[in-house]
Amino acid sequence: MWLNPSNPQLNKNGELHHLLSIEGLPAEILWQILDTAKSFVGVTQREVKKVPLLRGKAVFNLFFEPSTRTRTTFEIAAKRLSADVINLAINVSSQTKGETVLDTVANLAAMQADMFIVRHGASGAPYLIARHVAPDIHVINAGDGRHSHPTQGLLDMFTIRHYKKEFSRLRVAIVGDILHSRVARSQIHALTTLGCPEIRVIGPKTLLPSYVENLGVHVYHDMRNGLKDVDVVMMLRLQNERMQGALLPSAQEFYKYYGLTDEKLALARPDAIVLHPGPMNRGVEIDSSVADGRQSVILPQVTFGIAIRMAVMSILAGK
Amino acid sequence: MPGKPLPDAEQLLAALIDQMRPAVGPDSGLIGIHTGGVWIAERLHQALKLKVPCATLDVSFYRDDYRKIGLHRDVKTSDIPFEVEGRHLVLVDDVLYTGRTIRAAMNELFDYGRPASIRLAALVDRGGRELPIAAQFVGAAVTLRTGQSIELKRDDEGRLSLVLNEERS
Repeated sequence: MWLNPSNPQLNKNGELHHLLSIEGLPAEILWQILDTAKSFVGVTQREVKKVPLLRGKAVFNLFFEPSTRTRTTFEIAAKRLSADVINLAINVSSQTKGETVLDTVANLAAMQADMFIVRHGASGAPYLIARHVAPDIHVINAGDGRHSHPTQGLLDMFTIRHYKKEFSRLRVAIVGDILHSRVARSQIHALTTLGCPEIRVIGPKTLLPSYVENLGVHVYHDMRNGLKDVDVVMMLRLQNERMQGALLPSAQEFYKYYGLTDEKLALARPDAIVLHPGPMNRGVEIDSSVADGRQSVILPQVTFGIAIRMAVMSILAGK
Repeated sequence: MPGKPLPDAEQLLAALIDQMRPAVGPDSGLIGIHTGGVWIAERLHQALKLKVPCATLDVSFYRDDYRKIGLHRDVKTSDIPFEVEGRHLVLVDDVLYTGRTIRAAMNELFDYGRPASIRLAALVDRGGRELPIAAQFVGAAVTLRTGQSIELKRDDEGRLSLVLNEERS
């Protein structure tokens, strides 16, 4: 086995071979990705927004679950690196005919794929694929179940660093449906690894995982207390399907207690920034005046997401 | 020749300035290649009193050894604060060797626009070219053995010096 058995995203030399999760990555690799992305931001501001690094490589966007933003930003990133990009929405083709994930991947590998960008509803699916591909193929997790969404976590870190410079004095709040959120898990692991001293999670008991304190975070059920003096507010999307069942009474009630309004944001530091991974539910987890307000960095997040994905792909493919 | 002491970097810089002063117009763009080339370009820019600000280039995204050795760990940001299109440019590097860095730099520059011309200034030319590239302005030519390399250093006062490194086999 050429991969490190205890951490299959690293090779024997400790270098990144797949990007599957932020958990287990040393700070050095996170900083390398953030620094490299900074150089790619410069590239995206030029007349010609392309560099030749991945010329002749085939990147397959393998989306077993629908996504527009993540898939598009991966596609743009790969194209700016001069790769050929093939988009596959698997939920509507092979899977309905009964093909297994590994058969799908084996067939695509036979089409000379160099990299798979995988989004899947089941936690761990990208790991399964990473374990079965040939040694020269790289896998990037673009979101698996409730588990992990590493490039989202990284682009959030890039955004925070861009506006706040350092992590070592930050107070960060993550608000909303932590229980079902792969984004929240990636953010918590990234912030911890990069040395953020205080991470707060804010949400109703029904939407917080049991023992979430074990990740080193402080739990708040009252949003007003939780937002007091924070530097960064990271909102999460409330997935509509969670409204059914017993987890939440209604969207209106959620908004009342956990929706980010100007009045609640005023409790944070005056220079606090507001992030959201998108797509936003205006009037459910965030008020429009906050989403479009001066403290919102939601659109820069999308732009930085392209640079982060360029950085990850170019670090992986150069091996 | 091997064993001979390396030339003094500050003297080479003065020689470069003398060569470039009559040949480089005030609207020319000076582009230093990270990291040593940037130090030299900054000094040249000051001495030549150019009107446009100094540019910096990191060629990591254009290197031809990417597939062999991967992306460099410490990629700096390219910053070209002037219009490349139609401008006379001078690329500045510390040590000119195979010419591959210069090839990568020219490829990158053309992604910013079509310059009127590109010339090359190098503090040291150590020979060993693998591409048809030559410098128009050279501080000194130096002969080295394979496995030896020259490194430019800058101290706290900004003084430049050359250091010889031996690769142990």
